[in-house]
Amino acid sequence: MDSTRKEWLLNALIAGALFAVPLWACVVNEPFIITLATRIAILAIAAVGLNIALGLGGMVSFGHALYLGLGGYVAGIAAHHAFHGTEILGLPGTNQMLPIWALATVLSGLVAGVVGALSLRTSGIFFIMITLAFAQMGFFFTLSWPAYGGEDGLPIFVRNQFPGLNTARPWEMFLLAYAVLMLCLAAFAGLRAARFGAALMAIRQNPDRAAALGISPFGIKLVAFVLSGMITGLAGAMMADLTRFVSPAMMAWTVSGELIVIIILGGVGRLFGPVAGAAILVGFEVFFGGLTEHWKLWLGLVLLAVVLFARGGFIGLLAGRVRHGG
Amino acid sequence: MTLALVLEQLLNGVQFGLMLFLMSAGLTLVFGVMGLINLAHGSLYMIGAFLCAAVAAASGNFWLGLVAGIAAAAAAGALIEILVIRRLYARDHLDQVLATFALILILSEGVRMVFGPFPLYLNVPEALRGTVSLGIVEYSVYRLALIGFGLAVALGLWALIAKTRLGIRIRAGESDREMIAALGVNIRALYTIVFALGAGLAGLAGALVGAIQSVQVGMGEPVLILAFVVIVIGGIGSIRGAMVGALLVGVIDTMGRFLLPRFFATFMETSQAMGVGAALASMLIYLLMALVLIFRPKGLFPAHG
Amino acid sequence: MTPLRMTALAAMAAASLNAAQASDITVGMITTLSGGGAGLGVDVRDGFQLALDMAGEHAIKLVVEDDAQRPELAVQIAERMIQSERADILTGIIWSNLAMAVVPSTVAQDIFYLSPNAGPSALAGANCHPNYFNVAWQNDMLHEGAGAYANVLGYQNAFIMAPNYPAGTDALNGFKRYFEGNLAGELFTQVGQTDYAAEIAQIRASGADSIFIFLPGGMGISFMRQYEQSGLDMPIVSAAFTFSQDILPAVGSAALGVFNASQWSPDLDNAANVEFVAAFRAAYGRIPSLYASQGFDTANLILSAAAKADVNDRTAFREALRAADFTSVRGDFAWAPNQHPIQKVYIREVVEVDGEITNRVVGVAFEEHRAVHGENCNM
Repeated sequence: MDSTRKEWLLNALIAGALFAVPLWACVVNEPFIITLATRIAILAIAAVGLNIALGLGGMVSFGHALYLGLGGYVAGIAAHHAFHGTEILGLPGTNQMLPIWALATVLSGLVAGVVGALSLRTSGIFFIMITLAFAQMGFFFTLSWPAYGGEDGLPIFVRNQFPGLNTARPWEMFLLAYAVLMLCLAAFAGLRAARFGAALMAIRQNPDRAAALGISPFGIKLVAFVLSGMITGLAGAMMADLTRFVSPAMMAWTVSGELIVIIILGGVGRLFGPVAGAAILVGFEVFFGGLTEHWKLWLGLVLLAVVLFARGGFIGLLAGRVRHGG
Repeated sequence: MTLALVLEQLLNGVQFGLMLFLMSAGLTLVFGVMGLINLAHGSLYMIGAFLCAAVAAASGNFWLGLVAGIAAAAAAGALIEILVIRRLYARDHLDQVLATFALILILSEGVRMVFGPFPLYLNVPEALRGTVSLGIVEYSVYRLALIGFGLAVALGLWALIAKTRLGIRIRAGESDREMIAALGVNIRALYTIVFALGAGLAGLAGALVGAIQSVQVGMGEPVLILAFVVIVIGGIGSIRGAMVGALLVGVIDTMGRFLLPRFFATFMETSQAMGVGAALASMLIYLLMALVLIFRPKGLFPAHG
Repeated sequence: MTPLRMTALAAMAAASLNAAQASDITVGMITTLSGGGAGLGVDVRDGFQLALDMAGEHAIKLVVEDDAQRPELAVQIAERMIQSERADILTGIIWSNLAMAVVPSTVAQDIFYLSPNAGPSALAGANCHPNYFNVAWQNDMLHEGAGAYANVLGYQNAFIMAPNYPAGTDALNGFKRYFEGNLAGELFTQVGQTDYAAEIAQIRASGADSIFIFLPGGMGISFMRQYEQSGLDMPIVSAAFTFSQDILPAVGSAALGVFNASQWSPDLDNAANVEFVAAFRAAYGRIPSLYASQGFDTANLILSAAAKADVNDRTAFREALRAADFTSVRGDFAWAPNQHPIQKVYIREVVEVDGEITNRVVGVAFEEHRAVHGENCNM
């Protein structure tokens, strides 16, 4: 199919650009651009996570900021205890990214399991709202629980470590985020191509027929929701390390909204949709934020235009309509 | 803890609930008739408050401001419906969430460009200042008036939907969209009217509440989230559900903030109990909503059978 | 659309014409210009800009950007300003939580940070830093003033209330540190709360003779509105944040008579302040707030240091900042060892002057006050 080839070409271009631009910035010594690319990569990971639930499974979660924040707090709390040499629940803190990532994904997965099991009993707008309700609980909990800074948040004074890399250097932190992003994209593509992905998409398109074929909608959707939460949680841990800071603002409902915005801007259900969307959103924020204090007005207008007139998002615009049923 | 204090807190809960009802009624109506999720409902609340404050300041008359606030919100609602919302009815919830999220950004920044970054002044009308004695409770006249307003609007809304031609069409639209078009009803005009009605109610709530709160950009979003909690608990599309949900949320939130810290203070040190109690109280209504949805996945009063 | 970078471009153009200048100082201002908290950031920015305009020819290139009150955005802007704009000094942050996100890593990169508003206790104590200067106050300071003055006013039984977040806890602790009477009640409210009916009912039932509140921004407007309608008339003491000029017009007559502690007031009678207030009114058509005065002082501090030292010589420039050789609109200005001000804390009363609600100095809480957390600072 022609549009499939076009999309792969476009994907390769996006992946190449996301690597080449910071590489160039590294050569000409513009570390901020590298940091920006790292931010795009990490936001894209979070959105790849949401894309499993939203793009493949049709589950409009309006509460994925919860997992982003959970992952962030795992990184923040571990680093806090490592820095002060104190213990939490009898365990020492750590400044190693690998165990932090493992904990962040497992914890986010567990929470997503509970939230998913309860929320998937509902559908449509009720699902949107119950996922929002759980995220709001997390938001208010972190906001008013004083132990880890409450609204002030928790600074990470020294970025956590990864074996063999100096994560304090922007370029090496970028490479790490880029590698994780590529792994997550590969996982997403594999999932979509596997029988599990086919079943998930079948359920989204026609739950009754899927059930008639012997596919259990609840089980498959729950597994997808858990995977989705895990990846977003991982992104949260990395995001906290990038900004060296975690706060309840990470769990605000507007963040959940932004993750959805990223997916729509890029193209729902598209493999590289989250990457394109994250790049557009961050680029917009940086470019227009410097030009005018009313940049949010322009962001709103662009979003509105995309929803009304360019439904396939950026990738749909350039590579044509979808075949995966998104 | 005296009986008077408990009674006053109950009144506060009911008053808060009725204001939430004004917000929720429009939201639930729009969802019931058009199947649309409107995140920008809070922006209409904000517009009502800003216009009320501006006109009241210019004319010196709160009631003139109130009328202006309602009119401005309804007009803004009609305009938004014609320009944007109309294109979203056939779309899925995802597109609706995103497009109305975009509208929040546009309207908030727009209001700030017009009125500036500082909060506006809006005071309670002369006639409703001070307090009145209700037996053992000394209560604010304005808050009592808000309760009256809320009940009157609820009654009016009920009469509108049960007794008028417009109401019949709205009910028909809720149960079968194709049929009312087949009956020759101008469905486009009906949708615009329903949306403007909901917007006007939000503007009314914004103007009324604006007089005892801060009229500032962003004031609509916290109320919007609460209004969603209300209609989800009540059952989306059901006016009766919105009423029950609003009262539940209003009373539980108020009593939670009042009682939880006291409860923890019985076995904890005061400062700490206040912190823990306030933390739990702020999560309480979301907990309520999750519980309702777990046991009644379509809310307490499902609108469509 | 306001071209934020206009002044920056103008400064650059001036600099290129004026190549004789030793070296320009790039000041990055990260502040809140959109959303509900925009009023504070706008005032800091306008005060800062006014000082630059009044200075005439200067070597400062100002870059302003909106943080939308979001910590992660503030961090991103800070990195851009340091790495791309090559900023030498950052300033502008309004909120403690954003300051905690930005300041530690900024000062560690040998960039100066001058706080025109937020003063979290950690940065005054254990995490103090030679490159961090706070031109305003440490968060607790003004609340301590309110506590001390409540004794002077003879209050015996106060009800105290603040939002449930670290600055709120600091506020209540600051008040309690100096208040000698009893507490009729102590309450934490929700951050961003808009309805205070439940709290007002508890105040009514508590039998308090006075109220201390810390409810900045819209929270204070809402509370005062509702308090006015509640029929209660206990006196209120507070810190300047809840009764500063950015919100007083919106509170209106409900605020009249409230006592609030502040290091500055528009009616302070010193030459620098008289000139500042008049110039600000002429330029922007409103009475400056506390925040505007702090922005103005911050700019003048930078200008005074720029006249003495080259910013590229960090040690010399730091010494120049430490000299604090500028005329503060608050009167005398001196640094404590933790680089927070030692200052007079005034008590102001909210009054109506020529149809405008504003503040007037009625007393002094402390003659020379310094942050309590300073003892934890080893610098």
